[in-house]
Parts: sequence; structure tokens; C-alpha cells
Amino acid sequence: MSTVQLFRTGDTPRPDVIILTHKLTREYDMGSELVRALRGVSVQIQKNEYVAVMGPSGSGKSTLMNLIGCLDTPTSGEYWLNGQQVSDLADDELARIRNKEIGFVFQTFNLLPRADALHNVELPLIYAGLSARNRRERAAHALQRVGLGDRMDHRPNELSGGQRQRVAIARALVNEPSILLADEPTGNLDSTTGLEIMALFRELHDSGQTVVMVTHEQDIAAHAARVITLRDGVVATDQRQAA
Amino acid sequence: MPFYEAMRLALQTIRAQKLKSGFSLLGVFIGVASLIGAWSIVNGVNRYMTEKFAQTLYGVNTFQLRRRPMFTPNVPDSVWRAWARRPRIRFSDAEAVSAGLTVPVITAWQSSDNVTVSYSNKEARDIELTAASERYFDIKNLNIELGRPFTGEENRSGAPVVVLGDAVKQRLFADRAPLGKSVRIGGVPYRVIGVVAKQGSILGFPLDRFVVVPALSPAQNLVNPPGILDAFLVKARSELEMREAIAQAEGIMRGRRHLRPRQDNNFVLETSEGVQQFWAGISRILVVLLPGVVVISLVIGGIVIMNIMLMAVAERTREIGLRKSLGARRRDVLRQFLAESTAIATVGAAFGIVAGIGLTVLIDKISPLPASVSPMSIVLGIIMGGGVGVVAGVYPATRAARLDPIAALRQE
Repeated sequence: MSTVQLFRTGDTPRPDVIILTHKLTREYDMGSELVRALRGVSVQIQKNEYVAVMGPSGSGKSTLMNLIGCLDTPTSGEYWLNGQQVSDLADDELARIRNKEIGFVFQTFNLLPRADALHNVELPLIYAGLSARNRRERAAHALQRVGLGDRMDHRPNELSGGQRQRVAIARALVNEPSILLADEPTGNLDSTTGLEIMALFRELHDSGQTVVMVTHEQDIAAHAARVITLRDGVVATDQRQAA
Repeated sequence: MPFYEAMRLALQTIRAQKLKSGFSLLGVFIGVASLIGAWSIVNGVNRYMTEKFAQTLYGVNTFQLRRRPMFTPNVPDSVWRAWARRPRIRFSDAEAVSAGLTVPVITAWQSSDNVTVSYSNKEARDIELTAASERYFDIKNLNIELGRPFTGEENRSGAPVVVLGDAVKQRLFADRAPLGKSVRIGGVPYRVIGVVAKQGSILGFPLDRFVVVPALSPAQNLVNPPGILDAFLVKARSELEMREAIAQAEGIMRGRRHLRPRQDNNFVLETSEGVQQFWAGISRILVVLLPGVVVISLVIGGIVIMNIMLMAVAERTREIGLRKSLGARRRDVLRQFLAESTAIATVGAAFGIVAGIGLTVLIDKISPLPASVSPMSIVLGIIMGGGVGVVAGVYPATRAARLDPIAALRQE
């Protein structure tokens, strides 16, 4: 792994490193016992990588995903995202980072049922403070990019599962985030549709998008160029593989 | 998220959940409707009092020289006894004041008591007999519908002529022509020369049960001892001139009564303000009671909205988590839910205003109470309705804003 520099506390990551965690820990105080979900995770992910994070349940992959997604803050250690240390940012700044740097794709899509596809995709742009016209243009463009240019005025219940996930992906991409962060993106889809979504991910990766995907399915992880396996809160394996 | 985005989102949510929103705005609706309705009654009676009541009973820019105030609510016995010891107003007092005033005015004598008026075998009981001089009709704004008022000459000569109030005419003559007929007042025949147009009633008091005769006609003995007046009426052209005339009359009367500077007046110069002050007292009581009703319904309305909003936050936990993951800050979520509760309350207030105005029109039409909508009550209704929404929304919105996005997203 010649491309990965050795990182020490006090260093600044190289500019092509999008995600850098250094001795990242996360502990939950459950009253009677202390749950140590992460026990010092150090990983570096570079621009335009396609990484799958695997591990059995309880391995800490969800905790790592929440930390990378800035939904949570670590107990100790450093987390650098796109050149900025975010491990000790305040609530509002984390919201801004989530808005600008991260595009979430969830297992259950998480679309607003009452809003049509276009409005669902617009959501992050509302919080980015864009004008209504500007928002619509960019949301329409994002929907076209995932192949749903003709479904903009459909509500989620008028769309198939695969189409819903595409809307969610369009929403994740609309603010041009540094990373696309997917949590079991095919978990609620049949295998054919899952493959379609994986093909879309491949396409996005080919066009320069950094993708981080949490999954427990071996054959889904196989689509990624690099697989990081967690076990008991630490990195067990970190392998590159042929696509 | 800018304010208008929050408001648009709120209105979308309300439209999507019409029934629930309808229930939640009921409390504010009732509160604001009762605010407008009750306020309109107070306002209407107020205007009635100042515009109609005071003018009818006193006349515009008119004051009365009397032994004691005409309108005397809640007066202790000691005051009553002091008033009873005062000397009465004499014809000579009225003549002296009339002669001494330098301000252009019209004046009238007036003495009244209740009598029975009869015509052939018909009787009208409890009729207010007023013995007055000829300008009384002008000062009191009494419109002669039929015939004519009596003249100065008739007044001075004490001619037995009478002008009837509408109720008396109806009672004694029904549809027949009254003019020229002879009615009996205290056993004395009086010739009917005029009828005053119907005036209706004020707050249930009939205004048409009266007759007017010349001050020096035989019936003067029925209303007062010889040479004594109930009141001397003075009408000026403007409020300013009226004030001037009051000052002059006071000086003249104090001179005639030989009052020293330290001594209080033993007579009153009364304007319509007295009645209005009395009414102001009543309306103050209403103004104190009114907020009670309104506040109770608004508090209930607020509690209802708060509950509905707490339910909404619980129901939409996932949505909140999602919005947070997409970059909504705490204040964005706070604003969204605050806008929603405020919008619900404001819509409720708007409906309440419409209903309140409807209520006002209804009260005005079908009850004896006059009612008219005060613009101020509409403004206040909107502000209070919206305020309730904000206050009721703060707690649920704060809870929504504080939700942990991870937990919120995980919720089913």
C-alpha cells in the first residue's frame, strides 16, 4: 500500500485523501456497562475510491458509518473529511458538512411519501439555501442522471423499489458531495434490481464519484474495488480487489 | 431554511391532514370567535351609548342645569340626603341664566313626571309627561311626524295643547287621526297638535311613551310645585361654546345662590358625559370578564395544538432524522414545526374572525344588543391566535429539533 502515507497525530492529510480516520474510538455508556463499539480504527480513503465496509453485526460497521456520515461524533481519535477535521465540530457545523460533503443512501430509501420525486431530490438543496428555480433545475438534472427524467412528478408509492432507490441516489448526488455513503443500498431490493443499483454505482464511480458502501452481503461487496472488514471494533482486513 | 419555505411546508402538511388540522385549530377558532363576538357587543353598545343614547337623552352640545344629576347609579344615602336638601331650580334661575349667557344658545325648560293620559274610554298609563318650553323639540332632536310643535306664544300663554309620543298615539288612537282630538291629562282636556316620529328603544327602554305640553300650561302643577323646574336645558353650537356657556352659567348660579369661593356648587351642570362615564364603568367590567372566556378557550386551543404537534413529531421522527441527515440544522427543524403550529393557529384564528363577524351580525339582527365589529379585535384575534400557535409549538418543536438523527432514522 505504497499510496497510503503514515499518519501521526498533528499531521494534515494529503489533499487526495477524502476520508482519514486516526485511532477512532466510539464508546457508549449504557449505564451499567461501557460498550466499546470502535476501538481505534485508522483508515484512509482516497478520492474516487469505491470501498465496501463489511463485518458481522456488532463489528462496529454501523458506528463507523455514522461517524463517517457525521451523524455522530467519536469518543477519541481524529476524523478528517475532505481536508477538514470534523471530529470535534459542533452540531450545526456537522449539519452543514452532511449537507455539502455527504450523500446518504439508505436501505429503506427514506423518501418523503407525500412529496414527488423532484421535491424529494430538492430537499438537501433547501437546506443549502438555494433558490427554488435553481433547486428544481439541479434536482431535475440529478434525476436524469439516474435515469428517472420521466418520473419527476411521481410520488414514492407510484414508483418501484428500484426507482425509489434511484430517487434516493439522485437526492444523495444533487449537492455534489465528496462521498456517496450507502448503508445496505440493496437490502430491500430483489437481486435483479440490486444488480441494477450496483451498475449505477459503478457508473457513478467511473465518472469520478467516491463511494463508500456498508454491506453484509459478500456478492454486493464484490462490486467494490476495496473491501474493509471490521471485527470487534477494529479493522480486520483491508483488501483491494479486481473489479 | 428560509421562513417562507417553512411556511409553505407547514401549509402543505395542513392540507395533507385536513381532519387532524381541523380539530387542532378548533380551540383557537372558538377563542378568537368569542373574542370578536364579545368585543363587538361591547363596542356596539359603546358606540350606541356615545352616538345615540347620549344624544337622545341629552342632545349634542347640550347641558342641563339641575338640582342633582339625572343619571345616578350607586349613590350612597348620605349623598342623596345632601342632594334633597339643595334648593330647587326656579323659573327665575332659568331666566337669569338665559339672560346672562353671552354665547349663542337655545334653551328650554323641562319638568317631567309620570301620568295617565286618556282619550274617550282609552287610557295610556305610566306616560312621561314633560312640561317644556318650545325649543325643547329642537334640543332633543324630536322629529314631528304629524302636525306641529307648540309655539312660543302657546308656551307663554299656557295653551292646553299636547304633542304625543308615538306609543301614546298608537295606544289612544291606533290608526285613527289624532290631530285636533282632545286627550285628558290630569283631568284637563288638551288638544293634540302633533305626533313625534317613532324612536324605538334603547337597551330595552321604550322611548316613545311620552307627551309634551307647554311649560306654563295647566299640567305644570302635575310635575312640579309652582315656579320650579326639573331642568334648564342649554344647547350650544359647538362643544367649545358649550364649555364656555357652562362656565358662565356656573358663575351666574353661584352668584344667585350666594356661594363663597370655598363652597361647592349646590346644583349641577350636567352633560352627556355623566351617562357615558357610567357606561364606561360597565364596559370596564365587561372588558375584565371578556378576556377570561377568551383566555380559557385560547389556552385549551394551545394545549390541543401542543398535543397534536407532539403527535406529529412522534409520527414523523423518521422524517426528522432524514432531514437532519440531509443537512437540516436544529433551527431548521425547530422552524418547520413552529411554522406548522403557528399556521394551524393562524388558520384557526382566521376562521374564528369570520365566525366572530358572522356572530356579530347575528347578534345585531336578532337581539336587542347593538353589536359592531371593532377592527382592533380582528388585529388582536390574529395576533393572539398566532401567538398561541408559537407558544404551543415551542415545546414540540424543541423536542423535534433535539432528536438524535441516528435514533430517529432507525425508528420504524
